[in-house]
Amino acid sequence: MERALPQRKTVLRHRLPVRLWHWLNALLLYVLFTSGLGIFNAHPRLYWGQYGANYDHAWLGLERFGSWITLPAHYDLAMSRHWHLSAAPIFAFALLFYMLWSLFGGHLGRDLAFRRGELAPRHVWQDIRDHARLRFPAGEAALRYNVLQKASYIAVIFVALPLMILTGLAMSPGMNAAWPWLVDLFGGRQSARSIHFIAAFALAAFFLVHMLMVLLAGPLNEIRSMISGRYRVPEARR
Amino acid sequence: MILSRRSLVLGAAATLAGCDRLAKNEAVRDALFSAENFHKWAQRGLMARDALAREFRPDQISPFFRPNGTANPNTPEYKALWRNGFADWRLHVSGLVGQPLSLSLAQLHALPHREQITRHDCVEGWSAIGKWRGVPLKPILDAARLRDGARYIVFHCADDMGGGRGYYESIDLVDAFHPQTILAFALNDEPLRVANGAPLRLRVERQLGYKQAKYLMKIEAVASLEGIGGGKGGYWEDRAGYDWYAGI
Repeated sequence: MERALPQRKTVLRHRLPVRLWHWLNALLLYVLFTSGLGIFNAHPRLYWGQYGANYDHAWLGLERFGSWITLPAHYDLAMSRHWHLSAAPIFAFALLFYMLWSLFGGHLGRDLAFRRGELAPRHVWQDIRDHARLRFPAGEAALRYNVLQKASYIAVIFVALPLMILTGLAMSPGMNAAWPWLVDLFGGRQSARSIHFIAAFALAAFFLVHMLMVLLAGPLNEIRSMISGRYRVPEARR
Repeated sequence: MILSRRSLVLGAAATLAGCDRLAKNEAVRDALFSAENFHKWAQRGLMARDALAREFRPDQISPFFRPNGTANPNTPEYKALWRNGFADWRLHVSGLVGQPLSLSLAQLHALPHREQITRHDCVEGWSAIGKWRGVPLKPILDAARLRDGARYIVFHCADDMGGGRGYYESIDLVDAFHPQTILAFALNDEPLRVANGAPLRLRVERQLGYKQAKYLMKIEAVASLEGIGGGKGGYWEDRAGYDWYAGI
């Protein structure tokens, strides 16, 4: 039976830089992932080490990705590269600015850094159990990222995304001359290409889980908070 | 689930088709194609003018160096040159030069050589490491005495990729005078095979594979790339919209 919902508190959940960067990334990751698959289709094999071509041992050999997920929606290596290489610098500089803002603007310390006791196995285990049972935090707790959220956001911002940029640059013959250490860091151009591919799918997996969490946690409230920043605080459970 | 897989797939396809329509818009297309200028500017800013591409040890050479593109130009002219062991082949150096040259293979062999074990990076994604020996381009351009106004070096080839239009490529003077930019006549201590570009091919080690023009016939110094082929500076640039700056 319906009953009147009590007036709930609405708060500013996400500040403007978070929201802008979030949506810019949503767009750029879409373009980069789909055009990246278009580029991959030119040679859908992956190798480890400095070199790798058709006659060498590939650790992964795939069929071409379907046109429903490549940009452009047909095989066109040059256009896929134009999309990819246009989006990549915007993505890279946006990440750089976001990292600096997070570091110096307090976002990292205030929202992402782990609090005392948060990394204790008991606490982490409790958070995993809550996620598994789809028990989402309410009241005051809903205003902070939980420990799994913090861990995944830190991993994405400070590990996965920089890894995408650096492995991408490591594949460039020009950067090979400009920053030879970068190719060495990843153990060769073909290793960098493999890591670029693996990290892209790790980000795609993050995206899917992220979407799932938004759907399960109340999509309208969550999406509104990422657009306007306003978030209705869920009532504490009794 | 609110979204079915089917609707997700249809949604993705519709958005991608939307991107394709967007890419047909002149302004969007120009923006997408101009990213090349940013990458060239950024890379040239980050590296010294003569920064060397990584050179490898002999034990790092690929067991087999994959040939790509044309495996044999197969024209009557090329076949005649090949049958004769390229004794009648000449490399012509012309255009904006004070001293046009016509060099035989024997003359090139007599010039000082450079050897380099480098990685060939194909735009498609694969790589092969090979040991190249050849003549640096710089002394040849010095001998031909570039005239003021020469800004690009164009390489004309014997093959046409089967499309009737000759393969050609071009680089600017920064890359033309780079110490690793050589006209190679040997790969892995053997004379260049036909599949790898016999008798002479270009190596521009800081750029992608399609810049490494095979079957060289003529080198031309020009002030502008307009009026050569389709005007975009190379066979793949004209035909498929590849970037002229192939450093990334």
